[in-house]
Amino acid sequence: MSTTGGTPAASTNGTTPASTGKPSRLAGPANWADERLGIGKSTKKQLRKVFPDHWSFMLGEIALWSFVVLLITGVFLSLWFKPSMAEVTYLGSYDQLRGLHMSEAYASTLDISFDVRGGLLMRQMHHWAAHLFIGAMFIHMMRVFLTGAFRKPRELNWIIGGMLLLLGILEGFAGYSLPDDLLSGTGLRIADGLVKATPVLGTYMSFFLFGGEFPGDVIISRLYIAHVLLIPGLILALIAAHMMLLVYHKHTQWPGAGRTNENVVGFPMMPVYAAKAGGFFFIVFGFTAILGATLQINGVWGYGPYNPAEVTAGSQPDWYMGFAEGLMRIFPGWESVIFGYTVSWNVMIPGQIIPLTMFAIFLAYPFIEQWITGDKREHHLLQRPRNAPSRTAFLAAMVTLYGLLWAAGGNDILAVVFQLNLNWITYFMRVAVFVLPILVFILTRRWCISLQRHDSEVLLHGYETGIIMRAPEGAYSERHLPIDPERAYTLTARERDEVYELESGTNEHGVAAPNARMQRFRARLSAYWYGYNVQKPTREELLEAHEHAAHELEAHDDQHSADGHQFDGRHDVEGEELTHRH
Amino acid sequence: MSDQRTTPAVPGNDDAVIDPHSSVPAEPIDNPGLPAHQPRPTDIDPKAAKRAERQVASLFLLSIVFAFLFVVAYFVFEIGEDPDLFGGLGASNLFLGLTMGLSMLAIGIGAVQWARKLMSDVEIVEQRHPAASSPDDRAEVLAALQQGLDDSGIARRPLIRNTLLGALAVFPIPMVVLLRDLGPLPGDTLARTVWAEGMRVVNDISGTPIRPEQVQIGQLINAEPAVFFETDADGEPIYTDHEILIEKTKAAVIVVRMEPQDITPAAGRENWGVEGILCYSKICTHVGCPISLWERQTHHLLCPCHQSTFDLADNGRVIFGPAARAVPQLPLAVDSEGYLIATQDFDEPVGPSYWERG
Repeated sequence: MSTTGGTPAASTNGTTPASTGKPSRLAGPANWADERLGIGKSTKKQLRKVFPDHWSFMLGEIALWSFVVLLITGVFLSLWFKPSMAEVTYLGSYDQLRGLHMSEAYASTLDISFDVRGGLLMRQMHHWAAHLFIGAMFIHMMRVFLTGAFRKPRELNWIIGGMLLLLGILEGFAGYSLPDDLLSGTGLRIADGLVKATPVLGTYMSFFLFGGEFPGDVIISRLYIAHVLLIPGLILALIAAHMMLLVYHKHTQWPGAGRTNENVVGFPMMPVYAAKAGGFFFIVFGFTAILGATLQINGVWGYGPYNPAEVTAGSQPDWYMGFAEGLMRIFPGWESVIFGYTVSWNVMIPGQIIPLTMFAIFLAYPFIEQWITGDKREHHLLQRPRNAPSRTAFLAAMVTLYGLLWAAGGNDILAVVFQLNLNWITYFMRVAVFVLPILVFILTRRWCISLQRHDSEVLLHGYETGIIMRAPEGAYSERHLPIDPERAYTLTARERDEVYELESGTNEHGVAAPNARMQRFRARLSAYWYGYNVQKPTREELLEAHEHAAHELEAHDDQHSADGHQFDGRHDVEGEELTHRH
Repeated sequence: MSDQRTTPAVPGNDDAVIDPHSSVPAEPIDNPGLPAHQPRPTDIDPKAAKRAERQVASLFLLSIVFAFLFVVAYFVFEIGEDPDLFGGLGASNLFLGLTMGLSMLAIGIGAVQWARKLMSDVEIVEQRHPAASSPDDRAEVLAALQQGLDDSGIARRPLIRNTLLGALAVFPIPMVVLLRDLGPLPGDTLARTVWAEGMRVVNDISGTPIRPEQVQIGQLINAEPAVFFETDADGEPIYTDHEILIEKTKAAVIVVRMEPQDITPAAGRENWGVEGILCYSKICTHVGCPISLWERQTHHLLCPCHQSTFDLADNGRVIFGPAARAVPQLPLAVDSEGYLIATQDFDEPVGPSYWERG
């Protein structure tokens, strides 16, 4: 790492100068540690490392801290949970199930809920924290996407984040399956059906996964080790990499007065973020504890032990599996038999191909965008979503698609709650997932572009004061005043989009360039992606507009054309009152 | 937009490569620089600072109080007795969670308040550096790498290189082979169930056999093969709990009775029912959920997982949803004692599709 202290201003933000007079009480332990670990050199710059401040930078932190809550509550649960499918007779405190045969996993989950003090609280906190973890990762990822924070040099961190989301979802599904209740067993049964639909290898994969035919007697212990060791280990390692890259790249920041692509302006790690982020951990922890106390979640005792011949109506996976569930539900029943082998398109496409493709497109997006723009520069300033209209619209379309699929995953619930015909909901969804995202894309893009126009308007002609002026000849107009210079600068602190243009499809001998078709496609894509954007005004345009405005204002000044004009912000209005003339 | 590329090439240097991004017009407004620091009330008013200090300390004290209350709640409230207390939450759970949560929140809010009100809020500026290392460093690394490769002689000794690559390609094979015993091979186990000629169809809970006259028109009975409830000569169950779970996954059935004239049996299935009583696999042909939502008027059977709908009067044909195949039917008859029996196993694999299914 090649960080240095930066400008002289960076050395301190304290109000009193640091003194070297009296050795502090910290010096002793610090020396002890440094003489053994040599941490002085590496912590020197990190302790006062600057992070910019914005509420949206906290979203990833929610994910981080909820993961810590998951680790803490998870360790507690593991002290009692028995990941075994051995059949036992339940003899615990919960009356309704006493005497029933069930797996040890389910029985020990009931024991945690009813016979361990605080056990139910920890179970509920664990489940709530899992929701929070995955939800926060989703929203953090959307923030990064919308603001262009994934651009060079952060593409790899974007991919690491995507892997974290995928692992988080897998981890959630594994944990959801562990109690071996009726609902989670049904989830596993669906997963088994999904695995079996894999061409050629499906049944082998299923038999190896479940140790024989579904449900077998090993899946819980196998999922357990994945859930408590394998996946959390990977998640921890990726979080470490994610954070190290964050520190190395330094955090992105919003543009503004004094904030450039070459610096980072904010508060130091020590003490401001140590207190804020450390305090925020306790807030997340406390918040999950209150959720666990007051909102019941996954009351497995109500579902009963798993029985492959039973299911309850209204079976739903946890919300983050909802979009995959929706895909499974609305896909038509296509299946073909080719040379005596069965290909289950109806399971393979919605259950395996589409989710993985969507995921791959998202991971690849930074590289796709880079290829369209040809932009290889480093970007540390965030973009407002409106200033990347096509990207913002793409996300809005994807969110629409995700939301529709998610709703489709609960089509039975929707039918019951809204008294609608289940079949028609499904038919509607089959069409809507194609039509609505496109509509939303177009609308969002136009919306962003009109917001860009508005920004230009404000820059060129000032803001609307709400003061209506009447000219001597009787024409009415609204007075506009220039916005303050810092805001004006912030509005212009963005890059001009450049549409990639084909130099020439052929060389001087008229021979087509080797990848001319690809380049033509790229140029068309670039024109479509950026060509409609509104670019910020040039210096000349601004000067001209301001001169014009100043001239206009002058013309209107001091003509007292209407009462109230003195409240135009250009006069001293001490002691003035709005009066009605009769 | 080409009209923006107005700046000419670098004057006096025809070889200079123009970065297209360097030729955009100058920034319309100059960066006004970091605005001056605005002091907070706590910066200038010692009283306000004192007040903030007291706030933070009170929050920390509050946290201590709640931590103690947590311990009290832990020992005061019994668990397991009445989980329905306080809206199904249980007194213990509710008070443990609230006290723990409030104790944590107080620490967190206190720390954040401390940072916001009392710690210096003068923004400081740190310069960024390109993510890449300096060209010198890069050159040095490449040189070192080259030196290392040269020293190893890997380029001069292709025999070593190639055998090493071969060994590295082969060494994962034992690791993969090791996983072989994760499970048995599928064979044709998925195509068979425990149903056999003459096996009674019994109620899934009680295990009692079913007489045709006990089944009402429009009724649906969840049923299972009788063998799940039988014992061998020593009085031991024929199937253990585990084996039953596995076999049930394929052998669970439903018995329904419809008006015989409503049923349109396919060719060869004319005598698979008994007086309008038909037996179908309970396992959905989509991904294997048990299906039992029965509409007696329409003879439709709906899967609660993905809403595939089957018409049981029409050979279990799919009429809606993502399932591709009709739900398999089990041929029924009546034995000498007047109970429903199966006349054979299913004539096709039940449950979700798989590659070898054919």
